[in-house]
Amino acid sequence: MIEFHQVSKVFDSGENKVAALKNINLTVEKGDIFGVIGFSGAGKSTLIRTVNLLEYPTSGDVIVEGKNLANMSEKEIREAKKNIGMIFQHFNLLNSKTVFDNVAMPLILSKNKKKDIEARVHEILRFVGLEDKAKNYPDQLSGGQKQRVGIARALATNPSILLCDEATSALDPQTTKSILDLLKRINEEYKITILIITHEMEVIKQICNRVAVMENGQIIETGSVFDIFAHPKTDTTRNFVKSVVRDEVPKSVYKILKENANNSRIFKIEFFGTDSGQPIVSNTAKTYNVEINVLFGNITELQEIPFGNLIVELGGDHHEIERALRFIINQDIEVREVFEDGSQHRVDFERLVGNALHG
Amino acid sequence: MEVSTELILNALWETLYMVSVSLFFGGILGIFLGVLLVVTRKGHILENLFIFSIVNPIVNIFRSIPFIILLVAIIPLTRLIVGTGIGTTAAIVPLVLHIGPYFSRLVENSLLEVDEGIIEAAKAMGATPLQIIHRFLFPEAFSSLILSITTATIGLIGATAMAGAIGGGGLGDVAITYGYQRFSTITILVTVIILVILVQGIQSLGNTLERKLRRV
Repeated sequence: MIEFHQVSKVFDSGENKVAALKNINLTVEKGDIFGVIGFSGAGKSTLIRTVNLLEYPTSGDVIVEGKNLANMSEKEIREAKKNIGMIFQHFNLLNSKTVFDNVAMPLILSKNKKKDIEARVHEILRFVGLEDKAKNYPDQLSGGQKQRVGIARALATNPSILLCDEATSALDPQTTKSILDLLKRINEEYKITILIITHEMEVIKQICNRVAVMENGQIIETGSVFDIFAHPKTDTTRNFVKSVVRDEVPKSVYKILKENANNSRIFKIEFFGTDSGQPIVSNTAKTYNVEINVLFGNITELQEIPFGNLIVELGGDHHEIERALRFIINQDIEVREVFEDGSQHRVDFERLVGNALHG
Repeated sequence: MEVSTELILNALWETLYMVSVSLFFGGILGIFLGVLLVVTRKGHILENLFIFSIVNPIVNIFRSIPFIILLVAIIPLTRLIVGTGIGTTAAIVPLVLHIGPYFSRLVENSLLEVDEGIIEAAKAMGATPLQIIHRFLFPEAFSSLILSITTATIGLIGATAMAGAIGGGGLGDVAITYGYQRFSTITILVTVIILVILVQGIQSLGNTLERKLRRV
């Protein structure tokens, strides 16, 4: 567990002071895969570095597993760091050492017996799938393999916390996925709490259970990944969400609206929750005398819950369409009508009732 | 007057003696100062601006004194250390003081080339400053340090030519006293050829070692 209490950090370079962190309050629970997302310069790098005191907070406390490292002696801090593994964007491996020696390094530093080191290094290399590369040098490995070495090195001392500093930012999407899968396995099999900082929403989407959004040294939003994706409160967060879940209406849909031969209306149905799109569409079509065409869909999965939107064309009698909409809204699903001019309006009960009365 | 082969061989021996002994002590001095220059600088693992602000100008002062002046100027100190102010062994003291500070700058450059991320990783692992120097900085800078040693050795060979000023002997001294001052072109030629071969050999050795060790 990692707790940040009123953590601030000011970089003072003489003339200008830069506040990198402003009153950060955050709790990463045991077993979390906690993601901190933000653009570069948001302060997330500084934040993660206060956990193992690569940066000392100017004020406030960072409590790691119940202990405030900043109050400890140098020796105690070094000991505590063995419980906090860290991996880096550029891997930071020793190019002059073999994979084996790189992974063994933290164990050599804490003066373990040679035999124990050998056993542990082989065990952990097997876990990350690089057993056959023990004698290779980092320059003979691909980026993904280098990061696996980094992970093995971070895990060598059996830490309870793993810090990931943009660990996948230098990797291609496919390698990113395999590294993220490995991190998830580490979280599940070793029960290691993982704190990830990233600028890629894809990373958050794939493995995190909780997320904080940072901007200008502050945390502007925090919550479960699902809540943040479903109900982003700020523009920054909305933009991050958009980067993985497209929610704009494609041009082809406007073209259909323009031509609108069959007097239909177009709606965007947004799903966040246990209902996936399909049953709703088919149930609606079965129950009401409307014709439903799915024009466009974008459904993804977050924490094994479907999430996304469908753009559908509803055709048929005016009243029947209104009734169908009420049916959909009743199931706690958000519906927006798409208009030719590019605007979208939320369809809510009052309007429907109003329309029903007037119509 | 021609010089004998024996004289040349003797001078070669004197040169090698002066170079190797002063390289040994100068190397230790240079590595010590070079490490100090790196780790005490702002933001580094043992930041200590007081020490840095003392070591840095001292290195500069020693590097700016022409070697021929240094050679003569520190004779009292030389006498204190080796018991005599003249001779081959006496030349070693100024050679060490000459090459140490020069080598320290080369060491400084080599160590500064090490990626800061490596140091960050070391700190994250809970390495002590000594462990960082020993287990991270030196191994990563090793191939570059080999080239620095090569450059320093060749610099030393050049400097030994002046050791004759205090009776140090060596190939350079033979070239000046027998060749230049007594108009023996052949002596100059022979000594220079030997020096060229020496320098070439050391440079090739250094390059080969570096290539073998480098892993980027």
